[in-house]
Amino acid sequence: MTLYVLCFVLFLVGLYGIMTKRDLIKIILSSGIMGYACNLMLVLFGYRRGAVYPILEKGKEAAAMVDPLPQALVLTSIVIELGVTALLAALAIRLFQKYRTYDITKIRRLSG
Amino acid sequence: MILPYFVIIPLFAAFLIPLVSKRADGRAAFLSLVSVFSLVLLSGYAFFVRSGETLVYRMSAWKLPIGINLVQDALSSFMLVMVSLIALTSLVYSVKYIRRFGRDWRYYSLFMILVTGMNGVVVTGDLFNLFVFMEIALLAALALVAYGGRAHEFEASFKYAVMASISASFILLAIAVVYAATSSLGLATISLSLARQSPLLVLWVGGLFLAGFGLKAAIMPFHAWLPDAHSSAPAPISAMLSGVLIKTLGVYVLIRLFYNVLGAPRLFLQIFLGLGSVSILLGVLLAVGQWDIKRLLAYHSISQIGYILLAMGLDSTLGMAGAVYHMLNHAIFKSLLFYNAGALETALGTRDLREMGNVSKLLPVTSGTSMIASLSIAGIPPFNGFFSKLIIIVAAVQAGRPFFAFVAVVGSLLTLASFMKVQRFGLRGGRPVKELVGEVDGGMKTAMVILAALCLATSLLIIPGIRKLTIDPVVKVIMDKTDQAQVVLGK
Repeated sequence: MTLYVLCFVLFLVGLYGIMTKRDLIKIILSSGIMGYACNLMLVLFGYRRGAVYPILEKGKEAAAMVDPLPQALVLTSIVIELGVTALLAALAIRLFQKYRTYDITKIRRLSG
Repeated sequence: MILPYFVIIPLFAAFLIPLVSKRADGRAAFLSLVSVFSLVLLSGYAFFVRSGETLVYRMSAWKLPIGINLVQDALSSFMLVMVSLIALTSLVYSVKYIRRFGRDWRYYSLFMILVTGMNGVVVTGDLFNLFVFMEIALLAALALVAYGGRAHEFEASFKYAVMASISASFILLAIAVVYAATSSLGLATISLSLARQSPLLVLWVGGLFLAGFGLKAAIMPFHAWLPDAHSSAPAPISAMLSGVLIKTLGVYVLIRLFYNVLGAPRLFLQIFLGLGSVSILLGVLLAVGQWDIKRLLAYHSISQIGYILLAMGLDSTLGMAGAVYHMLNHAIFKSLLFYNAGALETALGTRDLREMGNVSKLLPVTSGTSMIASLSIAGIPPFNGFFSKLIIIVAAVQAGRPFFAFVAVVGSLLTLASFMKVQRFGLRGGRPVKELVGEVDGGMKTAMVILAALCLATSLLIIPGIRKLTIDPVVKVIMDKTDQAQVVLGK
């Protein structure tokens, strides 16, 4: 149970970072932390105590294996996150070129 | 089996475009027009000929608890028709318009990826698959918002991207919780096994989904990104985002999850009513104060999504008919309004209503179609917006909630006021305009005329005979609630 709570706390840490930080790079890192918390949660849900890797061999039973599906999902979601993070970083670079700053309080052409 | 082609055609086109086009964009435009036109035909066939049927396609022939399903029922094919119609007009509009940013095939490639993602979200019957298609659509949308390459466009795109990543995390967390509780990811199997779980779990999952997809639909507390993103994008992309993206990723998924998977829990319907009325009123109040025409339209999107949400919360057949009908109508008139805004920006070189003047002589097509669209969104008969708002208001009264009917009427009056402002200052103002800085070309005019005709044509859907063929099967799928899962599993 503690593990799940800690995982959720990690999620909230990321959310807090996005909401309060003023630096573009720190915002990107916080969004990464939120994603990691989700992935960790997925892997934790597939975990079985004392279980082995989910590869079917001779003399092994399916009951004593961890759930392989969350691992597959996590791989997919890591790839998606890589794409989103790369896009965010590219946008941050272009914003820096335009405004010469990473501070979001100084990047404010849009309002209302 | 036509089902996988809704994903295959646009995806194939997206990757064929870079191969066939060298430097110019002619072939890219042709290829994307052909593929979107074939999508229009396919979705029309699916909606009008195969209506009322539920088709299931098993990927790699794996059966449901293991494999991924594509499911097409009346609701999905209705959404597909909407997406492909708006995409077609948007492409017709883009061909000349987008050349101001250079002759670039990448625009068309991104556009087709956007269509792929939206079609995928609509046809999939698997929760994680839905998440993946949603991210595909979003990545393309983010790139397209920043397409103009000016500072404020990057800023809007960054804001949108951060919001999208927050909502993606909420959705992924919800998927993890659902998987832990039910050990399955197919929407049909989830809805069967959730019925046997404790109501507390439904509360958890529903809350996380509402936060995640509510952000995508720009419901009121989660709306901050929308005015920036929708007003910064090029006009045809604004029309795609406001017209169909917030509906496929937001409203459609909310309907699908809360009605067909969670079985319309009472608490969430109350939340829909509350958030819907807040969105209607605050969205339109913020819109009245805007002078930038595209920002004004973007705030109206929030308000109109509020109508759909309010009608979803009524939990009656008539209310749901209103929601579905208003979704189609909003896609048509809001896209048309964004095309008008793009045409005005092209012709006058400004988006500020105060700097515009009387253009009804110089731009007859633009001002005529914008009049039709303004009357539609404000709910004046005989245009489509009137009938869908009427259905929603009548449904609210019938459901014994006159307060929400009152909110809808007030929202409608304020909408009328703000579009009087657009017409008074933007198109029929006192200040005569001497000359135009740019030309509104044939493609733009064609797209606007098609949508203006549709504004009138879709008001025919109110006639009972036509409604029975079009809207009623869609409403039946939604109001069957979790019984729809049995239909899918039975195939």
